[in-house]
Amino acid sequence: MTTLATLPLIIPLTAAALALIFWRKFAVQRAIGLVAAAASAVVAVLLVIEVGDSGAIVVNVGNWPTPLGITLVADRLAVLLLATSTVALFAVLVYAVAQRSTETELIGFHAVYQMLGAGVALALLTGDLFTLFVAFEIMLTASYVLLTHRAGGRETRATISYVVIGLVASALLLTAIGLIYGLTGTVNIADLTARLDLVPDGVRAGVGWLLFLVFGIKAAIFPLFFWLPDSYPLAPTPVTALFAGLLTKIGVYAIVRTQTLLFPSDGPATFMLVIAGLTMIVGVLGAIAQKDIKRILSFHIVSQIGYMIMGLGFFSIAGVAATIVFIIHQIIVKASLFLVGGLVEESEGTGTIDSIQGVAHRSPMIAALFLPAALSLAGFPPFSGFVGKLALIEAGFGVEEWFVVGVSLVASVLTLFSMTKIWGGVFWGRPEGSKPKRLPSGMIGATAALVVVGVVIALAAQPLIEYAELASAELLTDGAYRSLVFGAGS
Amino acid sequence: MSWVIALTAGVLFAAGVYLILEKLLSRIIVGLGLIAHAANLVLLGSGGKPAAPPIVEEGSTGPFSDPLEQALVLTAIVITFGITAFLLALAFRFWTDQGSDEVEDDIEDRRIALKRDRQ
Repeated sequence: MTTLATLPLIIPLTAAALALIFWRKFAVQRAIGLVAAAASAVVAVLLVIEVGDSGAIVVNVGNWPTPLGITLVADRLAVLLLATSTVALFAVLVYAVAQRSTETELIGFHAVYQMLGAGVALALLTGDLFTLFVAFEIMLTASYVLLTHRAGGRETRATISYVVIGLVASALLLTAIGLIYGLTGTVNIADLTARLDLVPDGVRAGVGWLLFLVFGIKAAIFPLFFWLPDSYPLAPTPVTALFAGLLTKIGVYAIVRTQTLLFPSDGPATFMLVIAGLTMIVGVLGAIAQKDIKRILSFHIVSQIGYMIMGLGFFSIAGVAATIVFIIHQIIVKASLFLVGGLVEESEGTGTIDSIQGVAHRSPMIAALFLPAALSLAGFPPFSGFVGKLALIEAGFGVEEWFVVGVSLVASVLTLFSMTKIWGGVFWGRPEGSKPKRLPSGMIGATAALVVVGVVIALAAQPLIEYAELASAELLTDGAYRSLVFGAGS
Repeated sequence: MSWVIALTAGVLFAAGVYLILEKLLSRIIVGLGLIAHAANLVLLGSGGKPAAPPIVEEGSTGPFSDPLEQALVLTAIVITFGITAFLLALAFRFWTDQGSDEVEDDIEDRRIALKRDRQ
């Protein structure tokens, strides 16, 4: 079974290398990209089933015994997010291939895309902090290339700030890892869970918050999110959808992984809940003030990150499980909303709300795709957002954190308000102007597939939450993760 | 960590932060380089006394330093190197594009200022 756990890394890395070898043969690159993305998704789903049946898979790379070498840990949390990410990666790639412009403008698009996938998979599967740093670098470097390749003129500043902030965060992450290594003599997460107990409380809290800060920059929590709404909307649609769906969520994943395992708190962490509340409210207020579909959606990314931090801040099994479900919901829904936004831009030629109207009459298909995704984001039943938010609120009641739960409900109402703003501005109204551009069926198909996945998540809510609760128990139960990685005996 | 290394890392961080707040892209890149050096130094300093060899002969009882964090630093240096090369290429493109390497003001900020002036 160890092969299965390494395949999510091997497939995209091999595909990236092959795509570079077939530099001049575009059709071959495209075939390689599509096959690899599909294969990764299949492998990830198999991993979910396998890990669900027989527990986590631990791989010691190069057969070095556990705390010495690089360890890959495919536990429930990792495989759940891996499956969601690879499905999103595949759907977005199909969209990009159908759209053609993104794919053909950037030489080596398929190689970079696969590297991004490899970075995401490594970040999820790795069992040590330094490899997590390397994974973030792989992922972010690929994202720099995807974001900057066509930026010029007025967009310079935003892309530069994206790259610079990414690099500063990486340097801080490296510093945090250096400090942790200096304190404990190990970077293996499972080993650290025990060894950090020997570190004085104040110092431990210090490195803990430093890691929270670093991953908070990557996840775009308040007040570290300003780079996001500036830079994300500039990229071509498939790239933005991918960033929106995946990159910040990997940051949240890293926060969940490190805070639950290395810096656990006995009860709800007030500071985290304050940050969560502020992130939700400030993000959604920012969204309300915007006039462009992609910018509105970008501020929503920030707002929704707040919900995830809230669930983590409860530090209960139900809370962290709700966060996991919510991350899964967000990866799919955010990606599909951005793809729909791209469809509008592509067919109408602009994404500014004031200059489009009547899309519901002109292209009913796009409206039919937007509606479920938008309602899901706002948390309407029977969509996945409802499941995620319900789980979060129940978890909040469980630990009696009434205030932040109230804040999250207010943020939900405001989310609905800004979604009605897009709906009212773009989809309703008298259709006028020239006929909308016909869209390739691949673009619509890929978007529709993601929307359907979102609905499936809602339908499979019960087993999903049970799975997430097991995942969360692995993180929060004292010593569970350690014995899982080192083998039951130690 | 010896205080010399800690102090040097601190100074490098400070100088780097100062430089990335500048408006010229070339200075920002130098600043990022300094910050990366500082981070590498912290990582290197976490491995014990300086000037001891990481690989010692069998049976030797002399001082030795931890080879692992040196390996980690090597990896980090390679990554920094690659990223810096990428940034320089980016800076060059913007320079050929715009004729200067000055990074513009925040677009959003300017829009709000414009709105305020109009009122």
